[in-house]
Amino acid sequence: MNWLLDLTPDEWNAVRLSIKVATVAMLASLPPGILIALLLARGQFWGKTLLNGLVHLPLILPPVVTGYLLLLTFGRRGPAGAFLAEHFGIVFSFRWTGAALACGIMGFPLMVRAIRLSIEAVDRKMEAAAGTLGANPLWVFATITLPLILPGLIAGAILAFAKAMGEFGATITFVSNIPNETQTLPSAIYTFTQVPGGDEGALRLTLISIVISMAALVASEVLARRVGRRMDIE
Amino acid sequence: MSVVVDIGHRLGDFGIDACFESAGRLTALFGPSGSGKTTLINMIAGLIRPDKGRIAIDGRVLVDTAASIFVPKHRRRIGMVFQDARLFPHMSVASNLRYGRWFTPTAERYADFNAVVDLLGIGPLLERRPAKLSGGEKQRVAIGRALLASPKLLLMDEPLASLDDARKAEILPYIERLRDETKIPIVYVSHSVSEVARLASDVVVLAQGKVAASGPTGAIMQRLDLLPAEERGEGGAVLDTAVLRHDEAFGMTVLGSAAGEIRVPLLAIPAGAPVRIRIRARDVMIATELPTGLSALNILPGTIVAIEPGEGPAVEVGIDCNGATILARITEQSRQALKLRLGRKVFAVVKTVSFDRANTGAGLPVEADG
Repeated sequence: MNWLLDLTPDEWNAVRLSIKVATVAMLASLPPGILIALLLARGQFWGKTLLNGLVHLPLILPPVVTGYLLLLTFGRRGPAGAFLAEHFGIVFSFRWTGAALACGIMGFPLMVRAIRLSIEAVDRKMEAAAGTLGANPLWVFATITLPLILPGLIAGAILAFAKAMGEFGATITFVSNIPNETQTLPSAIYTFTQVPGGDEGALRLTLISIVISMAALVASEVLARRVGRRMDIE
Repeated sequence: MSVVVDIGHRLGDFGIDACFESAGRLTALFGPSGSGKTTLINMIAGLIRPDKGRIAIDGRVLVDTAASIFVPKHRRRIGMVFQDARLFPHMSVASNLRYGRWFTPTAERYADFNAVVDLLGIGPLLERRPAKLSGGEKQRVAIGRALLASPKLLLMDEPLASLDDARKAEILPYIERLRDETKIPIVYVSHSVSEVARLASDVVVLAQGKVAASGPTGAIMQRLDLLPAEERGEGGAVLDTAVLRHDEAFGMTVLGSAAGEIRVPLLAIPAGAPVRIRIRARDVMIATELPTGLSALNILPGTIVAIEPGEGPAVEVGIDCNGATILARITEQSRQALKLRLGRKVFAVVKTVSFDRANTGAGLPVEADG
């Protein structure tokens, strides 16, 4: 048991960084995720199929391709990257923020799917009833729609978090594998497997990775059940 | 208080072209399913935007397509009770009830929480979740929720249609209290003659998207031709009466009406209380002389004022009994045999036991029967 917790500082950093990157990726993709899911579930507009395809692109493209596309757009010389760096001081390339962006994008389709399904399951008659009681559309969303889709929201967020914990291809292509900056758990495990005698370290990080993912899954189950019980939907 | 509706709307093959005006306490939109009444009430609530026309409540224009006016539903201050209750599943009954209050300007909040809870008898339910309520309880909470938003008008869309008879009997008295004890005008959608006769002060009859007739309940209920075919047997005279006394020994209540004393099965309400009764045309017999040796207890003298052809072998005879018109459905054969014609003095005969819960609605239920 001791050898499992006896991590080197670099390994600890990889664990901490992974959790930070995955948490930021999950939280930052929630608002756009809800918005896009709403658009796809309820919007009637030209180009809906195109938007749907775009959202799902990271799911079907090889992760390396997504990472390379990110490098082209959000790299220092890329159009979006240069603009953000110049006007907002936000730099993605070879930073942990870039890892979070890559992880967020890779988990985005999973999150949008889960939220979209739960929005489609909402009884719109409830929203109409809230409207007749004086609630404007924003209040209806905040007090009726949002609470009713909470289980789907939790599921989508946990999926995105788990995906971010395991993201490797797009991250390493976009922001490389820099210890203490962009070296997440999968990158660190990969590094261990590339050096002689790295087996023990790889196994340690693998076990830790399993524990974190399982903990996230169990937490989401408990949370979803508690929300479900509150609504008597069991 | 007045409701003015004049709209035209198309829904696929179905068109609605309705114009009516009502200032009643409880206006029933009455008609068979598919006659457009739910569409119409949804337009008043703001859930459907009519193609063209105008809707105004108390002079306040809510829709006027000519002037491009369309007030969104959340600014109309119109309460709505849906057939399926639509309570918010993620809130307790108390939170459901308080929901509309948030959005009502303080100066316009007239509904008192405790008064409404008492009126509807939902005090014991406050901490519960909607999923744990019976159908009748849900509907009472839904009525309370609409009332507590302090609406200027209350719309009810077949609030009893999805309930069984026992649950209906449980809720009807509360709607009567609502009509009599609050100041909010009500528009009530229904396809049931017994509900309309019992509750409505005014009726708008809809058929195939058009207004077939409108007027006070008593006058409309006399016109059996307006009733949907499957409900025609329920049609008849609607009389406003008052309890004169109870005859406990025989289990009867004696009602006083313009037409004279009417005996009905015992009602659980005090003497002096108003009761609206409906005498089905098919339950009324006609005698040309004061009958003797007859078991029926209600024998009301009057004069024939109308004879209309009815369905099949039937004719419908209107008898004016001292100002109250009672409708009788008899066969054409009987009419000829008795030589009934306008102006003839006759007796309308009604059995006491032909009255039941459905046509002597009044008061709160005191016994826990079905």
